[in-house]
Amino acid sequence: MPGFTATAWLCIVALYLPILVLIVFSFNENRSVVLWTGFSLDWYAKALENDGIRHAAWVSVKIALFATVISTIAATMAALATTRTKKFAGQGLVYGIINQPLMIPEIVTAIATLSLFALVKKITGLTGIGYLMLAHAAFCIPFAYMPIRARLETMTLTLEQAAADLYAPPLKVFTLVTLPLLGPGIVAGAMLAFVVSLDDVIITLMIAGPGETTLPIYILGAIRRGVTPEINAVSTILVAVSVLLVMLLFVVQRRMQR
Amino acid sequence: MTGTEIARDRKAAVSARALSKTFGQGEFAVTALDSVELDIFENEFFTLLGPSGCGKTTLLRLIAGFELPTHGSIALQGQDITDKPPHRRPINTVFQNYALFPHMTVAENIGFGLRMLGKPAAEIRQTTERMLALVQLEAMAGRRMDQLSGGQQQRVALARALAPAPKVLLLDEPLAALDLKLRKNMQLELKSLQAETGITFVFVTHDQEEALTMSDRIAVMKSGKILQTGTPRDIYDRPTHRFVADFIGDINILEGTLEHTDGDLARVRLKDGTRVSAHLGTASARSGEVSVAIRPENVRLAGAAEAPTLTGVLETIVYFGAATNLHLRLGTGEEIVVRNPGAVDEGRYQPGATIGAVLQPELIRVLE
Repeated sequence: MPGFTATAWLCIVALYLPILVLIVFSFNENRSVVLWTGFSLDWYAKALENDGIRHAAWVSVKIALFATVISTIAATMAALATTRTKKFAGQGLVYGIINQPLMIPEIVTAIATLSLFALVKKITGLTGIGYLMLAHAAFCIPFAYMPIRARLETMTLTLEQAAADLYAPPLKVFTLVTLPLLGPGIVAGAMLAFVVSLDDVIITLMIAGPGETTLPIYILGAIRRGVTPEINAVSTILVAVSVLLVMLLFVVQRRMQR
Repeated sequence: MTGTEIARDRKAAVSARALSKTFGQGEFAVTALDSVELDIFENEFFTLLGPSGCGKTTLLRLIAGFELPTHGSIALQGQDITDKPPHRRPINTVFQNYALFPHMTVAENIGFGLRMLGKPAAEIRQTTERMLALVQLEAMAGRRMDQLSGGQQQRVALARALAPAPKVLLLDEPLAALDLKLRKNMQLELKSLQAETGITFVFVTHDQEEALTMSDRIAVMKSGKILQTGTPRDIYDRPTHRFVADFIGDINILEGTLEHTDGDLARVRLKDGTRVSAHLGTASARSGEVSVAIRPENVRLAGAAEAPTLTGVLETIVYFGAATNLHLRLGTGEEIVVRNPGAVDEGRYQPGATIGAVLQPELIRVLE
């Protein structure tokens, strides 16, 4: 069908044109983001010198790393429980609903998390960045879970049986066969979780306390004071990081198919 | 000496008693194995033969420990292993699709079992080298699984399962994925490997020719039950059940009435009135309607001056090099196949001609 190819390209243009414009003006020497005057890297230098941006980036990475580790471990265990253990009560329920938060509007999840944390804060009196980290870890679980379960489902049980047949006790079967073969799935899940945590806005906006500004929140705040190529530069760096991770994901998935 | 007499002075490697396995529950329950009694002897090449769904693979998986029986028990050299997990059974398996570890080299795959048994590194290395030599893969030690051909993977699977020197080796249709020529070679290799190592082999297949070629003894299975156990000759020459007779090679089956028995011999009146004597074997019938069976190669064309046992109209002639099959339609509507060694005189044997056939009386069997 000839029209489909054109439509596909139109989709690509619609998706990437804004990003292209953003990237182009991050290299503008002028302060304008609509009028091109010449090439410069000044805005990148400025962005990297900006303490606010540096602090926000550090907070973002810290939270993303924590969320990635916790959610990937939880997702791996959940995926193993739904595909590798003997049937347990509620297994079908877990299997069916673990991905459902992806369908709930994020604003609802954000408000729900906020109310729960308010309750916990009232009871325990505890404050700090821990709440934000836990919130991120929680909403990253379904993202980490998907590729891990997909991998487990394509892995035949026979390999694990073969290991058991060759005198490997259950723990050795897991560490020597299941885990190494599951590796690409876990890496894919972790990267997905990392990206999702890194660019979350809505939940972070609700939960974050003072001094817990992540990069997307910082950008949002800066835009209110007017868009400058500095913001474009920071955004471009974020795009670059995402693209790099996606490329890595692609390579890992290629290895999975072998 | 019959099969059962041999059995008495041989030690059982694997014994199954009243072994049953049911999958699912309630009205969806499927009985995969139904009260199986089985003794597989030391150093034996034993084959479980049957069509798909007959329970042969389930039986193998129960012996390996991948499934637990619903009823009954399994013993290894007289010791009960019914509840032992697979990693505590000195039994190794060659899987149908080999199940080689894709993230390990050939040598690592072969050494895996010994490593799990906690053998010293030097011994693992030595045994691995010996196994690589045994299956002629010395040059492949460092290769990954996706760099091997199907036949090579098959050998790695075999070497991996043999390396820990198991008491019993289970083989689940390991030759099914190979092409015909490779399969024939591997059949002979497996047979000599079994003789060399002295390990008890339990081989699962649906290929009757494969079973006859390789086995010391065969158990023919159907619908979760073992119908007959015996040497390839027992199974081929003295089938006890219609199913066994039919499943293994070609067979002529004729209906008749049992008139008289004398020891192992029975007089059977066929539908056209011809009386033949047949061996009873283990058949329990002493009167009434019975089926008798005879192999096509035990039926010959009647000579010119000879009285035929049966006469029929020649319908088709199938020539296949070493022999010719002549399909005769009897007056009763039954069909009988005569296998004539080599070609037949085409002038004399034309479709439509009336032909006489002689049944070798000592090779007619009464079926259960």
